[in-house]
Amino acid sequence: MEDLGLKIFGAILTTIMAFAVGMTYGGIVRKLTARVQNRFGPPFYQNFLDLVKLQSKKTNIAHGFMGHTAPVWIIIASITVLMFIPILNGNLWFPNLNFHGDLIFILYMMVFGSLGMALGAGQTGNPNSAIGVTRGLSMMVGYEIPFVLALVALMVQYHTTSIQDLMQIQHESGTWLIFSNPFAFLAALFASLGMFRYSPFDIVGAPAELASGPMSEFGGKYLGTMMTGGSIFSFIKLTLYVDLFLGGAGNPDHIGIWATLAGIGVLLIKTFTLYMVPVFYGWVSPRYRTEQAIRYFWGWPTALGIIGLIWAVY
Amino acid sequence: MINDKDSQKIVDYIQNFSRKHSLFVMAYGTGCGAIEIPATMTSRYDAERFGIRGAATPRQADVLLITGYLATKTLKRVIRVYEQMQEPKYVIGFGSCTINGGMYYDSYNTINALEQYIPVDVYINGCMPRPESVISGFIKLQELIQQGKADNGKRYRENLEWYRTNQKKIIKNWKMPDYNW
Repeated sequence: MEDLGLKIFGAILTTIMAFAVGMTYGGIVRKLTARVQNRFGPPFYQNFLDLVKLQSKKTNIAHGFMGHTAPVWIIIASITVLMFIPILNGNLWFPNLNFHGDLIFILYMMVFGSLGMALGAGQTGNPNSAIGVTRGLSMMVGYEIPFVLALVALMVQYHTTSIQDLMQIQHESGTWLIFSNPFAFLAALFASLGMFRYSPFDIVGAPAELASGPMSEFGGKYLGTMMTGGSIFSFIKLTLYVDLFLGGAGNPDHIGIWATLAGIGVLLIKTFTLYMVPVFYGWVSPRYRTEQAIRYFWGWPTALGIIGLIWAVY
Repeated sequence: MINDKDSQKIVDYIQNFSRKHSLFVMAYGTGCGAIEIPATMTSRYDAERFGIRGAATPRQADVLLITGYLATKTLKRVIRVYEQMQEPKYVIGFGSCTINGGMYYDSYNTINALEQYIPVDVYINGCMPRPESVISGFIKLQELIQQGKADNGKRYRENLEWYRTNQKKIIKNWKMPDYNW
């Protein structure tokens, strides 16, 4: 029973940490973007203020059942995937529901939130939402291919489909997978540009063109819930990449409180560095059209993924 | 404890604090005033440091910014946009045209006073008001929000009949539902 209580406590702790880190990263990016544009910019906690404001709106309009529950789907998908991602390597404070094959499970589960969102946006009846959803699904077809190729390369190279095992391999051999299979990492990195939806791949939201796309009919608490889900999701993606390619964080041999804090520090440094890649790419890029984005992902990223797969086999 | 008056005060303070520092603006660029909005938002005057940012759709917006004169034809769209916004919502009248008609005071197809048709929290006068005055108008709105005096939606709901009568005088072919938010 005590074990179960500890696990539930760990799950809540993980969710809160993912939420706080995701929101703060978003705020820091807003601040940095402002500095790059020679502005002063909002404070780094601006996203929290936005969230409190959105949650304290007095009226909220819903357009039917799916529209009402779409933000909830996003939260459900985010937290479910979060439960399968090892935050720290073998740490008891952040337990996860790891099993053999969770990498494949995550591949499917990561799409779940977007599909719930698509159904909800479809029910609002706004034409901008419909266009945004078609664009989002087309782009997903684009970036999923290099992403899956990269993950399959790792699976083939080490004969395992468990994230925990891959982290263990990196811990034991002392080599990060970014060095063992650089092509797979590059393919996954290019795919992450599309996942984070910064420029030039912000074709789904497209603020000036589609009026924020799928979100256009969601205001107030719905928008706030979506923001929460999105923040948790960005933390998930970053942590997954760090776990798979950058050796993860934390040491399974030391699980004291100071080792945990040090592990979290290392995790924050690694995830933030990784987060800066799509952000930097976004600052210097205008927006692609949908077919340009898909052509981008099916070009070099896919080629790199195939090279990574061949590298893994031989 | 929860229905205690003092704890409600704390909740109100936190809510108003976040409301005033996070204003999503629906800039309804009707007249010539729309040209001042980019200047306010971009690097020289940078309204985002006060938490003011553009909203893409009325559902997400808090502030409706009417920039300049309103033709009788656009009034209908403004009313629809205003009613789609979720409470608490605020309206800023921007430029002389929204106060008394400005240079279009005797025009046959513009309205003269905006507050005959939708309630207004803050007016910014000038033709055109410069970005400094726009920001000072937003600061005034933030003060009103913090004091809890910005009750735009409530005023509209309570005086709906009066506003509807005025609106229907201008819009002859009224084909909207009478209650659409």
